[in-house]
Amino acid sequence: MGKTHLKMTVNGKEVELLTEPRQLLIHVLREDLNLTGAHIGCESSHCGACTVDMNGMSIKSCTVFAAQAQDAEITTIEGLGSSDGLHVLQEMFKEHHGLQCGYCTPGMITRAHRLLQENSNPTEEEVRFGISGNLCRCTGYQNIVKAILAAAAKMNEVKESA
Amino acid sequence: MIASAFEYHKPDTVDGVVSLLSKWGDDARVIAGGHSLIPVMKQRMTDISHLIDLGGIAELKGISIDGDKINIGAMTTQHELIASEALAKAAPLIREASLQIADPQVRYLGTIGGNVANGDPANDMPGLMQTLDATYYLTGPGGSREVKARDFYEAAYFTAREDEEILTAISFAKPSGGFAYEKQKRKIGDYATAAAGVMITIEGGKCKAASVALTNLSDTPVYCAAAVDALVGSSLDDATIKTAVKAAVDASDPVADTRGPVDFKKHVAGVIVKKAITSAVARA
Repeated sequence: MGKTHLKMTVNGKEVELLTEPRQLLIHVLREDLNLTGAHIGCESSHCGACTVDMNGMSIKSCTVFAAQAQDAEITTIEGLGSSDGLHVLQEMFKEHHGLQCGYCTPGMITRAHRLLQENSNPTEEEVRFGISGNLCRCTGYQNIVKAILAAAAKMNEVKESA
Repeated sequence: MIASAFEYHKPDTVDGVVSLLSKWGDDARVIAGGHSLIPVMKQRMTDISHLIDLGGIAELKGISIDGDKINIGAMTTQHELIASEALAKAAPLIREASLQIADPQVRYLGTIGGNVANGDPANDMPGLMQTLDATYYLTGPGGSREVKARDFYEAAYFTAREDEEILTAISFAKPSGGFAYEKQKRKIGDYATAAAGVMITIEGGKCKAASVALTNLSDTPVYCAAAVDALVGSSLDDATIKTAVKAAVDASDPVADTRGPVDFKKHVAGVIVKKAITSAVARA
């Protein structure tokens, strides 16, 4: 039961590495690719801290084997923005105090990004339902929801003026 | 939490899966969305040396609506079930129930085939498929066969599926009349404390046809024939609904766990079944 040759596109870059099929995607991202934005929280597919985007879906990378990610397109929080140029979701989380300890934030923002791709003008209820797979133990969610709604409004403004 | 080592296979046909299952027998398991299997593998509560990924088999995916018959490939995800406008129009009960399963991330990967075939009494789709009187299609070394959802479940994690078979598709007649899937859970993402699927058809002020099935209230889903008998032919008055609710609760056999003691679960079952019947009647 040897190693397998894993090829993926991560944040727009093709990567290739050797790993065991049983390795979890979150470990490949964090340990092999040094992308430590996505966090390991509960490790049991409840908390959503490990959420990344895979082939256009928000997924919990603690519950995907490396072998299942063969040829996948992955986007992590590192692919959305950087400290030099924050993504509008990151800006709005900052603006609206959508984070305190920050542990859930990469998963929360990656999930919110996919949610807004699918529904660019969500209601508050749709935002709450859409992030129901991501737990936050600090904020009580209020400011996270505000931040996502504000980001949606900003993104729509930009679209309209374009 | 890292699973034990396994060899990974990704065949691109159903025949390829069946030949691997025939070769490796008990040492092999198929994986669909993986959200029931991977957690168990990570906890090393199961020993699997050969993991067969169904993700590469195009023929297992998709929803087709052909006149009165709806066919859903086993690898169709809950996200796809919810997103399909055609399915929401033909069988709105599916979207109503699917939205109550797990959370968005899990629904992107979780499949209808995995949900019905795993045999976990906490899963919502088995009870839903019994409500719809669905048929499951199984393929094994001896060919294909059909099993009714109402005959499929034997005990927790024990079903009519043989080790060398896979469930390839589900079909059911386009439902008519009123419907509801009601689920009581402690929080979003949780399994049901009690859940019930109900369908009601009314003609000339009388209940012409009905279906009632329960989720997570026994070691299998429970189709409530006595409740259906009480409803059919009646004018769906309060007394009849009360009789049907009692019959459904009597058919349940929950066990005490973190979701509560038996008496509490039976109480919740009564509340949920009544809600589902009332809602289905209102929509009929």
